[in-house]
Amino acid sequence: MLGTQLAQLRDSTPTGLTDADDVVAGFDDALLRGFARVGEQDATALTALAGAVAGTPLGERGAEAVGKVTAGSVGQEHLAALAGARTALLGATHDALLDQLDTALGRHRTPWAPTGEAGDPSPARAAARSWLHETALAGWRGVDHELLSAVGTPVEAALAEPESRRLAVLLDGLAAELRAGLPVATMPQVPVRRWADLWARGVLLAQDGPAPATVTATERVTGRLLPLGVDVHEHETAVQVQLHAILEPADATAPRLVRVTVGAAKVATIGGPAVWRLLSAYPVLLTAIAQRRALAVIDLPAQGGDLHWVDGQAQAGEPADPFATARVLLGTAAATAIPPLDRHPVAIAEPVLLEGYVVHDGGLAVDLDGHRLAVALDRLPASGPLTPALVAASSSCLGLVRWDDGRWLVQPLAVQATVKRRPVEAHNGDWADGVTDPKVAKAEARSGDAVAVLRERAGRLLRR
Amino acid sequence: MTDADGAARRRSVLAVVPPARPRKLAKVPFVELADGRLQGVVSSGSDIERVYVSSVTAGSHAYHCSTNNNRPCGGLRGAPCKHLESLADEAVLQYGVDRVARYLRVDAGDGTQTGVELLSRLDARHEPTSAAVVFSRFLRHLAYLEFPASTTVLPELHWFPSTGAGR
Repeated sequence: MLGTQLAQLRDSTPTGLTDADDVVAGFDDALLRGFARVGEQDATALTALAGAVAGTPLGERGAEAVGKVTAGSVGQEHLAALAGARTALLGATHDALLDQLDTALGRHRTPWAPTGEAGDPSPARAAARSWLHETALAGWRGVDHELLSAVGTPVEAALAEPESRRLAVLLDGLAAELRAGLPVATMPQVPVRRWADLWARGVLLAQDGPAPATVTATERVTGRLLPLGVDVHEHETAVQVQLHAILEPADATAPRLVRVTVGAAKVATIGGPAVWRLLSAYPVLLTAIAQRRALAVIDLPAQGGDLHWVDGQAQAGEPADPFATARVLLGTAAATAIPPLDRHPVAIAEPVLLEGYVVHDGGLAVDLDGHRLAVALDRLPASGPLTPALVAASSSCLGLVRWDDGRWLVQPLAVQATVKRRPVEAHNGDWADGVTDPKVAKAEARSGDAVAVLRERAGRLLRR
Repeated sequence: MTDADGAARRRSVLAVVPPARPRKLAKVPFVELADGRLQGVVSSGSDIERVYVSSVTAGSHAYHCSTNNNRPCGGLRGAPCKHLESLADEAVLQYGVDRVARYLRVDAGDGTQTGVELLSRLDARHEPTSAAVVFSRFLRHLAYLEFPASTTVLPELHWFPSTGAGR
């Protein structure tokens, strides 16, 4: 990424972005107070939300929902309409921002191809709809222990259905935050945007519409996979590793930007480098990540930019330096659009290479030819070797461009730095096959093997 | 674009729950702040097959400890037993003293560092409760480790970046 591209990003803010953001913020504030009794200010905010989608197929339902909410008789279908309207606005925001970023980077993006069919009605989704309805009535300030204990039913039901895994993981993450925040009324700062995001996504995932997880692969790919970097996601009961890579198809078509995603369920006391051990079902992938090797993949199912990993259909190959891959291929590789219902500014995660910058504020910003970009230092995972100090000492960075709270950021996935006058390199996935830093390995050993202890307890107590 | 009410209002991604701090799980495999209680499971020191279920209720500070079969803990003689002390100590290790104190609604005061010290600040009384709820939550907790790893993409996890490098 060049300074001129950054300048272009800064100077070409999409029209209507601030207006859309204000409308969403109004809805988020209303959800803080809840929909059981809607005051005048919140009624105005909801009307503005319905107004924002008035010219779309959601218009009629949105207006009807606002009428019901303000009259104090909101049903699940009305909440779905409101969640849909909010999602549409943020989806449009996502599209405008990504288009701006693609234009600045000169990145080509293949459009999304519709897939998926309606899923069968599911008890888990029904239970989730009911819990999300009660939560919306209570508002974040009205959430109590009883309501949070009640989330157990939909979570347990959703965990039991593989196609409702997204819903289960979302509800678990939201409930844990609400639990930690109780009583919400005394929280110094309620994360209203974040919780409304999660609530709205939950409402959509809880509809018996097209089942996102059962979407069938639209194609199969064979070729050489060149890793760029690893993005790690984690909350108390889930971890997900997303490898961003460039696929060189065997049929010599143009290189593509793709993602490989693997994940596992976990518990809060398993964290840091231990999370890699939960992914031991994918040894070929982990080895390639840890050793920075290319992968030969054969006939792998793919859906847009997502490759569905089958460890037996891949082989780790020759060493492949991710920085070299980025220098040679990132400028021309084509990206793929994500499904419309997944579109939200948080989903923007575009791989870029930054070189020749000046670091400011201890790594919190970099300066490229006089143009500043914020660095998301709070997105460095405990499961890898990157630290704020390494970022501050870096001169090159492979990262993901992100958007949050009205600004662009870069999330480092790997850096080349100079420490004590020696060149060092660190990648998020370096510890995928085990911790390579003796100091960290020692600290890990001190706190013991959490996975083994809990598996032993499970073995003794669970099957009774 | 943040308004006067604070920087967090329009942020989609921020750490609301700090990651659990690493601790040894052998003695107290499970601790949580949930259902309005500090509750958890303490492994018996003498019998590998036996566990104790211990809890302290937020606000009222009623405590109880029993085996998972509801047999009362012999160590409860007008004061919290050693299982409750272990539970409180490990909770403080995992969550930090401030979060535990806030949840239990007790003034931690200056200089309170361990769970035992925090327990001593409670106006606590014994009140039997059923072990079943906590124990079944523990079993559900363990069940998470039984789910196979998966290649299903979870786009929602973009709201939950892994954090805590170099902690």
